[in-house]
Amino acid sequence: MSDDDTMAARGRGRRGFLKSGLLGGAALAAGSLTARAEGDPAITEIKDWNRYPGEGVDARPYGTPSQFESEVVRRNVPWLTAESISSVNFTPLHELDGIITPNGLCFERHHAGIAEIDPAEHRLMINGMVDTPLVFTMADLMRFPRENRVYFLECAANSGMEWRGAQLNGCQFTHGMVHCVMYTGVPLKYLLEEAGIKSGAAWLLPEGADASAMTRSVPLDKGLEDCLVAFKMNGEALRPEQGYPLRLVVPGWEGNMWVKWLRRIEVGDKPWAQREETSKYTDLLKGGKTRMHTWEMEVKSVITSPSPQKPIVHGRGRTVIAGLAWSGLGAIDRVDVTIDGGMNWHTARLDGPSFPKALHRFYYEFDWDGSDLLLQSRAIDDQGYVQPTKQELRAARGPNSIYHNNGIQSWHVNAEGAVENVEVS
Amino acid sequence: GDHGNFGIGRPASEEEIAAWDIDVRPDGKGLPVGSGTVLDGEQVYFDQCATCHGDFGEGLGRWPVLAGGMGTLEDDRPEKTVGSFWPHVSTVYDYVRRTMPFGNARSLSDDEVYAVTAYVLYLNDIVRDEEFELSNENLADIELPNAGNFIADDRFEEDHYAEKDPCMSDCLDAPAEITMRAQVLDVTPDSGDEGSGG
Repeated sequence: MSDDDTMAARGRGRRGFLKSGLLGGAALAAGSLTARAEGDPAITEIKDWNRYPGEGVDARPYGTPSQFESEVVRRNVPWLTAESISSVNFTPLHELDGIITPNGLCFERHHAGIAEIDPAEHRLMINGMVDTPLVFTMADLMRFPRENRVYFLECAANSGMEWRGAQLNGCQFTHGMVHCVMYTGVPLKYLLEEAGIKSGAAWLLPEGADASAMTRSVPLDKGLEDCLVAFKMNGEALRPEQGYPLRLVVPGWEGNMWVKWLRRIEVGDKPWAQREETSKYTDLLKGGKTRMHTWEMEVKSVITSPSPQKPIVHGRGRTVIAGLAWSGLGAIDRVDVTIDGGMNWHTARLDGPSFPKALHRFYYEFDWDGSDLLLQSRAIDDQGYVQPTKQELRAARGPNSIYHNNGIQSWHVNAEGAVENVEVS
Repeated sequence: GDHGNFGIGRPASEEEIAAWDIDVRPDGKGLPVGSGTVLDGEQVYFDQCATCHGDFGEGLGRWPVLAGGMGTLEDDRPEKTVGSFWPHVSTVYDYVRRTMPFGNARSLSDDEVYAVTAYVLYLNDIVRDEEFELSNENLADIELPNAGNFIADDRFEEDHYAEKDPCMSDCLDAPAEITMRAQVLDVTPDSGDEGSGG
């Protein structure tokens, strides 16, 4: 099938609703076919796939998604950055379910492009305030005891374009700088103990091997508590864009600290005040002061469907609200959903595994009567923190923090089922 | 090896550590021996930096602004530069040596990095003498204007986090009103399938 044929077969592209913002009832390609006397041709006609064999087991050594899922891709916003090498793209949250992000869809954030590293030439050095500065090969790292852990990674700037108001129309763009995978790696504690931490040490400086040579100061306590040096995600080797062959995992903390292409960890007694913890990843407040070392990602949630890229196309009746919730401080205890802009709330259903510092999936099912809706979700974590409104955050911080926007997201659903990013009062 | 619990890995040599350990702290720890003047830095800057950052650090196109913006941090649109925002000179030296010029990192000598750091300080009126020489001896003594305005993370003390038991019903005085709409801005990228009947 050519691309044109594929498009024709699919009828109106799902994302076409985005541009029109309206649903012509007759154009509903997906779903409600009225039964005719002669029956549904999807049933009454013999299809090609029903008659002819498809490809064999030798055709797809590494499988890819169906051609009919070609719109489920990472996207970027060209005007955000000067160029694409030091930039970001966004996970298509609106198309995903469960809590695990497929490796090829995990959002990317690079500061000097994707380093392509031969693992045979990769080294990890531990130096500074240690008894024996060490060098490890990848083969060496494979000999340490391993752990498997599911964690979310959220960019500190996720939702940053929304600080001043509703700007980007789609949860991919407003919330897509997050992903959640199972990491396999070595607890950083084992590597530090192998080198022998000297008395007085209190800080770590992980460093990347790429051309941005990413460095961040990390408290030693955090490194010993739950950081991993990971070489696999979702069972397979890290993707190059996620740090192959090695990355730091810093559970619950802002993504910038999860140094990719990890080549060195220095042990010291003071923080280093690197560019990415002074000029960047510091949060300017109203009044001119700036918070630094804002490491944890706060309690947060978003409804992924319905959302601007995922309108309601089935008309009135039974409707599923799906969403994600997460907290860098622990697990999610509860998610509440409103369909009337916050007048009344309903406790949603958390479904599937719920791990601390990982994404949690919630659902709320209801009967839509066809009237306008104002959808919001509000997460509460197991430390008792309640997700704040955007107004509360702005009142506390002003509009120029850039980072750490965990405010409640509002979607407006109109009578046709089209959805828009809005703010409400 | 005879180190640690597992005996995995090998000791790093002095040369290997020196090759990779180039970070500099605000107190000057890690600075290499060397120096450069503002005038030296002007030449390095014009040759290596100005095509992106502009002759005066004003930033061309979307490239970062390096100078100016003094006193704008409380403005509606703050201009955060080395002079107006950055707390430490050491960060300029470290970051330039580590990552700049963009696309040709690690290509400047230690003395060139001192010189271009001196020039960036000059662009920001932190130093005013073209003959000024920045070196490992004096870099850590220079204070940037905004150094005292960074505070520890106190997010979790904010008023809204005191709420532990949020309202569930009849929570608003009046029905919610829409106050902002993303579609008015219309800056969201289109999907990749232009003209697909959308």
